[in-house]
Amino acid sequence: MSANETPVLGPVLSAQHVTKQFRVAGGHITAVDDVSVDFHAGKVLAVVGESGSGKSTLARMLLRLMPVTSGTITYLGKDVTNISGRQLRAYWRDVQAVFQDPFASFNQFFTVGNMLSRSLKLADSSAESNDELIERCLGYVGLKPADALRKYPHQLSGGQRQRVMVARALMMNPKVLLADEATSMLDASLRVSVLNVLTDLRRELGLTVLFITHDIGQACYLADEVVVMEHGLVVERGTTDQVIFSPQNDYTKRLLADVPDLKGSLKSRR
Amino acid sequence: MSEKILMRASNLTASYAADSGQDVPAVDNVTIEVPEGQILGLAGESGCGKSTMGNALAMIAQPPLYVLTGTMEIDGETIDLSTLDSGANARHRPFRGKVVSMLPQGAMNAVSPTLKIKDLAYDVMRAHDPRVTRAEAMDRANDRLKMLELPTRALDSYAHQLSGGMKQRMVTVISTLLNPRLLIADEPTSALDVSSQKALIEMLLAMIEAKIMAGVIFITHDLPVLSMVTDRLAIMYAGKVVENGRTEDLVHAARHPYTSALLAAVLDPTEETRTKHVLGIPGSPPNLANPPSGCRFHPRCPFAMEICSRKEPAMIDEHGHDVACWWAQENPGAVVPMEVSRV
Repeated sequence: MSANETPVLGPVLSAQHVTKQFRVAGGHITAVDDVSVDFHAGKVLAVVGESGSGKSTLARMLLRLMPVTSGTITYLGKDVTNISGRQLRAYWRDVQAVFQDPFASFNQFFTVGNMLSRSLKLADSSAESNDELIERCLGYVGLKPADALRKYPHQLSGGQRQRVMVARALMMNPKVLLADEATSMLDASLRVSVLNVLTDLRRELGLTVLFITHDIGQACYLADEVVVMEHGLVVERGTTDQVIFSPQNDYTKRLLADVPDLKGSLKSRR
Repeated sequence: MSEKILMRASNLTASYAADSGQDVPAVDNVTIEVPEGQILGLAGESGCGKSTMGNALAMIAQPPLYVLTGTMEIDGETIDLSTLDSGANARHRPFRGKVVSMLPQGAMNAVSPTLKIKDLAYDVMRAHDPRVTRAEAMDRANDRLKMLELPTRALDSYAHQLSGGMKQRMVTVISTLLNPRLLIADEPTSALDVSSQKALIEMLLAMIEAKIMAGVIFITHDLPVLSMVTDRLAIMYAGKVVENGRTEDLVHAARHPYTSALLAAVLDPTEETRTKHVLGIPGSPPNLANPPSGCRFHPRCPFAMEICSRKEPAMIDEHGHDVACWWAQENPGAVVPMEVSRV
């Protein structure tokens, strides 16, 4: 699973019939119900759904942060559902994540440089020196290493923090980047700058991106394919144009109808 | 247009006292109005002073935030908003909740987990009128929910038994039980998914319709939500209001480059979004302890001219559409030509 392996035909990462049940008083709830999704190299796939639709649970299972109840996860054709130890560390190097809250994922007492250096423990840093690697990755996300490395988290804006998090993920030279509501807490203007970074990375590095969001507008801007989830089930999937502009499923239609649209929904009251 | 003005706040300046001893003015000499029966949207990036302004207007500023100057005219009364003197709290107390009510950011997560919603409603009523009986409070809450077509059984629930959307609607109803003249809602929809957002917005419109309150200030950075709910919009940047007018006018014909940049960054699920490449606004909002000279937006503005860094533009009224920008003054009536590249 080294970074230089020739790409395997077929999906990079794939979930097959994955189910997750949580035990609760008086039975269990099924958070993810028999979901199968394929992630193809160099594509952006968005998973869209309301709160509680199971999209984050799916992400956690793909990241191997949470065991599956049943089903299999394969990476480059290999079953990674139950790997552990060294193999799991190698998997984590290839499949990286950026989470929702850019304020919670920093240690307040570490500078950005310090934090990034600590992350190198997981990185496969044989090819270049550590400093070069950090500088290169900060460059990808449009931050100046000279400025950024000395700063503490509170000296960065929300958008900058999230970009540092993307840079941290990139240091591992990942094949897959999983962004779980990574832009939800950001202002619209910062949000597009992070989304643009993801688009550029996909183009330049051939990164596969799994983008989890409740905001259909963002999926529309970024994604090649969209999967719509409701109550743990995939209710609709297809290319972005198919799903957003000619939805078939009632839930997808309702979700789209509820999205406030800047010019279409100017107040008609009065 | 001669609309009756419900609330006018004038010359409002509010500062945070920083450890360095230097004051950070988060709201700097701002004047805004809410016409009777209307919803005013307050928008801008994080850190532009929108929430600070909400807190100052709701008279709930707590140290290190101090309101230095400002008056609010509401309902024929003039209130001194300053919190510098020791009598400020006593002076402001009679207005809180009854005249101006605040729905703070994250209010729905601050509901006590051990109280039922009806106990909260009773507590709120009793805090303002010690003689109110439990039965009276329950009647009022029940009537209100029926009027808004919400399930009255929610009153018998604990917070954790309600969904996020329902919790937010409940705290909104409770914050208006005393029929305030003005409701200030700070990011009420930000933590909700689109379907709950829509339900809350429809409820707010029904409340205005039923004259439960006479005006709302709706604070959020989410412009599509604001375009759905507001009559007027005020755009804030670095502690100043830079543009202010009817929502349609701002959305269709923005006159300030900052407003225009914010609008360009909106990602609607439309065909246009599929093909556009939004550049965002370069740079980041300024440090308010040391704001840029002249127009505060000039370092990030694609239309900045020589004068912009020297002199602050005055607010010019163009038929009820106010804008503070040198470019707008040189190009009267022109819509900001924001560039959007295509992919």
